[in-house]
Amino acid sequence: MSTPGSPVLTPASSSLPSAEAMARRRRRRYLADGAARWMVRAGGGGVVVALTLIFVYLFSEVLPMLRGADVEPVAGYSVAPRFDGEVAGMMLERYDELGMRYSRSGTLSYFSLASGEVLQRVELDVPDGTEVTTVAMAEPRARRVAYGLSDGTALVVDHEIRLDFEGEQRRVLPDPQFPLGEDPLVIDPQGRPLVALAVQKAGEDTGIAAQTDDGRLLLVRFRTRTSFLTGETEVSRQAWTLPELEGRLDLLELTANLWTLIGADRSGRLLYFDISDPASAVLRDEARAVEGGEQLTALRMLNGTFSWIIGTSEGRLSQWFLVRDENQDAGDNVFRLTRVRDFEQHPGAITRIQPEYTRKGFAAVDDSGALGLHYGTSARTMFLESISDAPLVSVGISPVDDKLVVESADGRLSVHDVRNNHPEASLKALWGKVWYEGRGGPDYVWQASSGADSFEPKFSLVPLTIGTIKAALFAMLFATPLAIAGAIYTAYFMAPRLRGYVKPTIEVMEALPTVILGFLAGLWLAPFIENHIPAVFTVLIGLPAAFLGMAWAFSRLPRAIRLRIPPGWEAVILIPVIALVVWGLVQLSPLIEIWFFDGSMRQWFTDIGITYDQRNALVVGIAMGFAVIPTIFSIAEDAVFTVPRHLTQGSLALGATPWQTVTRVVLLTASPGIFSAVMIGFGRAVGETMIVLMATGNSPVVNFNIFEGMRTLSANIAVELPETAVGSTHYRILFLAGLVLFALTFLVNTIAELVRQRLRARYSSL
Amino acid sequence: MSKVPETSSTRAWIKSGDPWIWMIGGGLAISLIMVVGLFLLIAVRGFGHFWPAPLIQTSVSVDGEIRPVLGVQTDVETLPAQRIREAGTEIPDDQALVTRYLFKLGNRDVTGRDFVWFLESQLGERSYPEDAMRVERREWGNFYGFPVALESGERRIEGEALWPALQDAIRRSNELHQRIRRLEKVDIGAINSGIEKIRLERRRMDLQGIDGAERSAREADLEARSEELDRRFADIRVERNQLFEQNERDTLIARTADGTEVRIPLATVVMASKNNALGLPGKIAFYGHRIKDFLTGFPREANTEGGIFPAIFGTVVMVLIMSVLVTPFGVLAAIYLREYARQGTLLKIIRVSVYNLAGVPSIVFGVFGLGFFVYLLGGTIDDLFYPERLPAPTFGTPGLFWASLTLALLTLPVVIVSTEEGLARIPRTIREGSLALGATKWETLWKVVVPLSAPAMMTGLILAVARAAGEVAPLMLVGVVKLAPSLPVDGEFPYVHLERKIMHLGFHIYDVGFQSPNVEAARPLVYATALTLVLLILILNLTAIAIRNRLREKYRAESD
Repeated sequence: MSTPGSPVLTPASSSLPSAEAMARRRRRRYLADGAARWMVRAGGGGVVVALTLIFVYLFSEVLPMLRGADVEPVAGYSVAPRFDGEVAGMMLERYDELGMRYSRSGTLSYFSLASGEVLQRVELDVPDGTEVTTVAMAEPRARRVAYGLSDGTALVVDHEIRLDFEGEQRRVLPDPQFPLGEDPLVIDPQGRPLVALAVQKAGEDTGIAAQTDDGRLLLVRFRTRTSFLTGETEVSRQAWTLPELEGRLDLLELTANLWTLIGADRSGRLLYFDISDPASAVLRDEARAVEGGEQLTALRMLNGTFSWIIGTSEGRLSQWFLVRDENQDAGDNVFRLTRVRDFEQHPGAITRIQPEYTRKGFAAVDDSGALGLHYGTSARTMFLESISDAPLVSVGISPVDDKLVVESADGRLSVHDVRNNHPEASLKALWGKVWYEGRGGPDYVWQASSGADSFEPKFSLVPLTIGTIKAALFAMLFATPLAIAGAIYTAYFMAPRLRGYVKPTIEVMEALPTVILGFLAGLWLAPFIENHIPAVFTVLIGLPAAFLGMAWAFSRLPRAIRLRIPPGWEAVILIPVIALVVWGLVQLSPLIEIWFFDGSMRQWFTDIGITYDQRNALVVGIAMGFAVIPTIFSIAEDAVFTVPRHLTQGSLALGATPWQTVTRVVLLTASPGIFSAVMIGFGRAVGETMIVLMATGNSPVVNFNIFEGMRTLSANIAVELPETAVGSTHYRILFLAGLVLFALTFLVNTIAELVRQRLRARYSSL
Repeated sequence: MSKVPETSSTRAWIKSGDPWIWMIGGGLAISLIMVVGLFLLIAVRGFGHFWPAPLIQTSVSVDGEIRPVLGVQTDVETLPAQRIREAGTEIPDDQALVTRYLFKLGNRDVTGRDFVWFLESQLGERSYPEDAMRVERREWGNFYGFPVALESGERRIEGEALWPALQDAIRRSNELHQRIRRLEKVDIGAINSGIEKIRLERRRMDLQGIDGAERSAREADLEARSEELDRRFADIRVERNQLFEQNERDTLIARTADGTEVRIPLATVVMASKNNALGLPGKIAFYGHRIKDFLTGFPREANTEGGIFPAIFGTVVMVLIMSVLVTPFGVLAAIYLREYARQGTLLKIIRVSVYNLAGVPSIVFGVFGLGFFVYLLGGTIDDLFYPERLPAPTFGTPGLFWASLTLALLTLPVVIVSTEEGLARIPRTIREGSLALGATKWETLWKVVVPLSAPAMMTGLILAVARAAGEVAPLMLVGVVKLAPSLPVDGEFPYVHLERKIMHLGFHIYDVGFQSPNVEAARPLVYATALTLVLLILILNLTAIAIRNRLREKYRAESD
């Protein structure tokens, strides 16, 4: 259609692109389309994967706790000719470079763990004509050993090390010390041979208990004092003779405070001497540790020296400690020897028990060649396998629990790598009652850390779980009736215009930061309630009564006035009534306290045996209830509101009253929705952190007293996780707490969501 | 729908169900009262904190001794006398109820106790002296007393001229204070970071094993830079000392209620006001001044006084970074779930799971953030990129970026849900129209569907921001501290310091309200902080609701 005179339009000069360009362009568009598809798939899929990663990662942090211990041999060498004499004990140091071997004949040899080369040999000054009769070791971290001699004297040596830096290179060097001098110390002035010996370091003091071959029990306390001026060390000595005793003891152990002496003989007799006042020491208790013909073969204190392990000829291991006698007649502070728990049985007679340095675990070896790694608190046996054909005679553990040396009767010494990171955790230790050292009986306790090395961590998740449930329960008790009542009223009875304001008002609450609720609960509500305890109870009764009264009064009003107020405004009428009633009851509260409770209801609670904390479950219940009301309200209101109209209209048409319609038709139809609302509210209450953190005292108690506080899983994580060492058992247990919360809320929410979806499907089919 | 009963008998009334309707109505009314009451409580206490409170002069008799006091009444309560007796105060036996007043007496440096409860019976006549003054100080909290004189260098100003002269002097000393602060924060801060950079460069050369000629050349350069920094530091120190000296010129001499004369160096004074003499305009000016101080100032006295600017700033920066992280991923995931993924059972499960993540406790995200982001990712980043700073961690410790990332993860479901809803609401006809015109799927999405659903995405983002701004529990684990030495954004390269720790409004409330040594003094500040946070979140939420409502209206019109 070209007009004459005007140039003919050729495709080249057309404003349309050429076919070639079009094709290029199309290719580019399809390429972009394909690229976009992959981008979105990768990105979106990546997000989904990232969200699953949360679960996977939490689980991966928890998993290592379930594993047992690994023991790998890394080096081995023959005892002869490196070392001489029968082994008396073996130690390691914290850099895992040196080993220390004590022999019965009185030598201490430092050797290289890797090569077995002896670096230093210390011959103790055993006088001519005497011999070593017994050897005793203090708790491992004291690094102190005592030899009892046949002339009634003892030698004390510390197997210390020192570090030497050569440039960047660190070298660990032997540094044996003689804290009480190199000469033998007089234990028995009469000079009889010592047959049983115990040593313990208590601050600057060294306590030595010994039995002589004529049966006398002696206690000597050495104190070292270094003079500032001369630098000389002075040793003072105090000695006592303990009560007479029939028969001989074979094993003695002292506690680190030097208040208790434990003695035992091969036949299994166990004795407890109270030596807190050595001058009037008494034999407090006696027990039998083994049955029948079994023999007691080993006795060692665990770290902290609160409890000890007994090994027998049958390979049985049991943990004992002193438990306060609850019997009224026994008097105060009377303790009894108590067998607390048993460990997995070894195949042979226990030859040696070696406690760990900073935990409540120990290694035990037996004469069948088996090595066992056990843990006190959790009663777990982490490892129990035969590692040698010959009987094992001695074992030493590294202070950092990752190396072990074992000597066998066939004269071989082997070094093992140990991976035993989380013996404290077991299903029973986390969820069952555990008898902790020094307690009267098994109990649920959460007390994860303390300043002292000898502390026994108490990892029971039960108090935290109970606390979580308690907080959620009281919150739900408060929130559910209010939210559901409010939801039904708003959805069914309220004037539609009003509903348009009320619903968003309550829903906007859901976005209110819980830290604000927590702060108000802790700083405003808790003191307020403490000052007005009676008001809590009177309001509970007074408000419903006021509602009924108001309703009745309204029904008595002349018809003309009643009809003037449109239906669906009851809640608005009630607002001033509530305000007035609550104000009145709060004003009345001090008077009630004066009339009925002697002026202080709090004191009255204490008198009748109810503990009252200022920040308690009641406060948490109200504050957290407040936080979940919008959640429950919103979902429940939706469920009630979307009940198909023809159902309710049918019911009303058949003559049912509105209230009958609600209870018989609406609630029944919407009940799955209301159920899912409550579930989601519960899920929110379980995981809420800031409110419980701020509105409770955070003490992990196990009870449901509404006037006491609690500690929840979530608050516990918030408090303790920033402070724990990465990778420690405590750290992993806190991750486990997180995982439990995650799984619990995820489950609850999923159920609620499924219920809701089914409900929606049902509504659409109605 | 409440029905008017036909008969007036009580039984019929109960049978009609009306009482129950009233009961559940009451339940709703309680919820409403609580919601509104909570906002009112926070608003009244928060706003009230800044209003100039009247200074009350009265006398107190303690053990027969009468002494004058001057202060502000902050609380009053009526209790059974028994409860006070339990606390150890003597009260006559015939008295059953006791009213007591909490007075803020200030003057912590003079008396040691700034908040004291007085029983009604202890208090004498109240008066409101015009001359009484409130002095806000940088140390020791407020001072309440009467001005006596102003010592300005050699001069001593008294009488009528005192008050105007004092205000001028305070203005001057505040300016000096500002300059000193700037010197310390900005200039000395820059020098410190320069010195640190030099140290790190040396360390890096050690690690990379740079030796010989190259090393000595670089060393010379570092040495020169270090000297330059030292020189600048010396200059600044001289300047700072001069400012300090100038600032020490003025001293206010004031008298406390019981007549003790106190010397208050003006260098420590923030503002002085005669509350009782202020007229309404004066009060409003005072009010505005204090609100401005609160919002733009830095905290003092272990966070119990001063402003909350670093907390606001930290919250905003964190939320911004979180938005940048969460929006693309959330939108991408939503587009994937709605437009690209094959709809089936598996997708249903994924969708329910993603939705449910919104209900997982926030602390769990904090645990994950600490373990995975901070220790695992952060530790790896440190090993790879910042070996010279080890063992001091850079990213291997809680900080701004990890806090933002954790919150992004936490709010991801919110954005996904909202965006999906928006996408689902686009009428099919619009999509099909675009496809029928020859657009590819991507073009339809990018040019038609996404722009149309942008408001939904916006809503999701705003809701996410509102949630993130109020979340505290996970942040306690992944990067928020009670007092950050520096803001996360400043004039130093790279300007945004993702590894720094931040302050946060919500955490500030927790920390000041529960960890501070003087809770009583901090309480008004906590209310004010809470009010700030509530307003911020309320505004965000209302915006989201408004956008969503407009959106609904729009599509209702279009899809019909």
